[in-house]
Formats: sequence, structure tokens, C-alpha cells
Amino acid sequence: MTIVNFTPWSALIGGALIGLAAAGMWWLLGRLAGVSGILGAAMISRGEDLAWRAAFIAGLFLAGLAAIVLFPGEVPFKLEAGYGQVLIAGALVGFGTQMGSGCTSGHGVCGVSRLSPRAVAATLLFMAAGMVTVYFVVQQP
Amino acid sequence: MKRAIVAFVCGLVFGAGLIVSQMSNPAKVIGFLDITSNWDPSLALVMGGAVVVFSLLYRLALRQGTPLLAPRFSLPEKDRLDAPLMIGALIFGVGWGLAGFCPGPAVVSAAFGDARVWAFVAAMVGAMLVYRIGLRRHQD
Repeated sequence: MTIVNFTPWSALIGGALIGLAAAGMWWLLGRLAGVSGILGAAMISRGEDLAWRAAFIAGLFLAGLAAIVLFPGEVPFKLEAGYGQVLIAGALVGFGTQMGSGCTSGHGVCGVSRLSPRAVAATLLFMAAGMVTVYFVVQQP
Repeated sequence: MKRAIVAFVCGLVFGAGLIVSQMSNPAKVIGFLDITSNWDPSLALVMGGAVVVFSLLYRLALRQGTPLLAPRFSLPEKDRLDAPLMIGALIFGVGWGLAGFCPGPAVVSAAFGDARVWAFVAAMVGAMLVYRIGLRRHQD
């Protein structure tokens, strides 16, 4: 194993921003910022419940839009997978996060911070599954 | 309305964190999961940074008793390590490794203009609906 492309400072600063945003949701709204839960439940909720969920998702999307408008050509993005692969991956991510009650944010950040045994177990399992998948399936450039 | 504005601002900051840390770059995610050859450990620090900040503020907020703009703190009801949790996490992990996207970064980078990200998001949302509607029918 060789360590490559390590960017510790941007990783820590970005991580701290994610933690701050999750803390805002918790402190003000009493909600854990798990993206798969907010998105999945948004589709079967209405009224005020739908409003805050949709607003959070809109904020995520607009952050992406603001980044490419304000810093054109400077936002790192490289996707190797083709259409077939992203469609399968999307279906697995959608189904798996609903069945497993969370993703990288809900389990990996919020749940691990709360020392929830369910979140710790889920985080270890999805990381292991991701690593095995990359080892066997994903072609390295 | 106030709650929606708070959620929107939190979504913006959350998204900014995903972009700054490069969680929104699938190649970076694959590099983190690729532990056997060329490993990029950065994303461990993303999670670490987020956990340190949230752990502290989560507990400080709990001490206040109630959230500032809601009647109570909402926590997941389930507390057992059951089969759906573990199988679901494994399925999610396979999908995560396959493309390099988890839900948050997929929504953020949908704005970057690559149609493959829209395909991923469409498949993800479709599968979420399949599970949610299936679950509802099951509960009825």
C-alpha cells in the first residue's frame, strides 16, 4: 500500500463544516442530518415536514451550483463509471440506505458521534463492502 | 417557514463541506476505498473532523433540553442490530464503491452538469421509493 493524494487540511476543514451543519440541524430543529433519511422520507411526507426536508436537499444542490458558478473549472470532479454502472450503483445506494436506515452522514457522522451501536456496525459494514467492491469490481485508472 | 430556512442554510453549509473535503469527487472516494494499492486516507479525516465537531455540539445541545425551534429532539427508535440494518449497510457499501457516490455528494454534484450523476440520482431516488412504498404496504 502506498499513500497518495493525501489532503489532510481540506479534509479536516470540510469535515468540520459538515459537523457544524449537522449540529445546526440538531440544535435548532432537533433532527439528525442523515441525507438518505431526509431524502427518502421527503418523498412520502407533506406539509411542514416536506418543507424542511426539501429545503435541506435544495441547499445541498445549490452549494454544488454555487461552487461551479463561483469557481469555474476549479471544483475537482472525476467520475470513471459509465451509465450502466452508475444506474446499478444508484439503485443499490437508494435501496441499501433505506433498508439499513442510513448512509455516510446519518450513520457515519451523526450515529458514530452519538456512539450508537447500530451506526457503528453499519459504518464498519458499508466501509468494508465499499473497499471489497473497489478491490474486485472497479477498474483503477 | 423558519425551520425550512434553517434547513436550507444547513444544507448549503453541509454541501460546502462535501465540496471542500472533496467527498463530492467520486475519484477521491474510490481512492479512499482502494486500500490495497494507492490509498488516499483523506476521507477518514473528513469523517473524523465531522465527528469531533458534531459529538461536542450534539451533547451541548442535549443539555439545553429542547431544540430552539422544535418541541423535542428526534432520535431513531430502533436500537437493535438487526438483519435489515446489516444487509442494507452492505448493499449500500457495494453501491458506494461501484460509483464513488453516497447520497449527499450525489445531490451536490448533480449541479456539476455531468448527466451520469443525474442517472445515479434518478436510480437512487427510484430505489428509495420502491423500498419506502413497499414498506408502507407491509405496515398496512
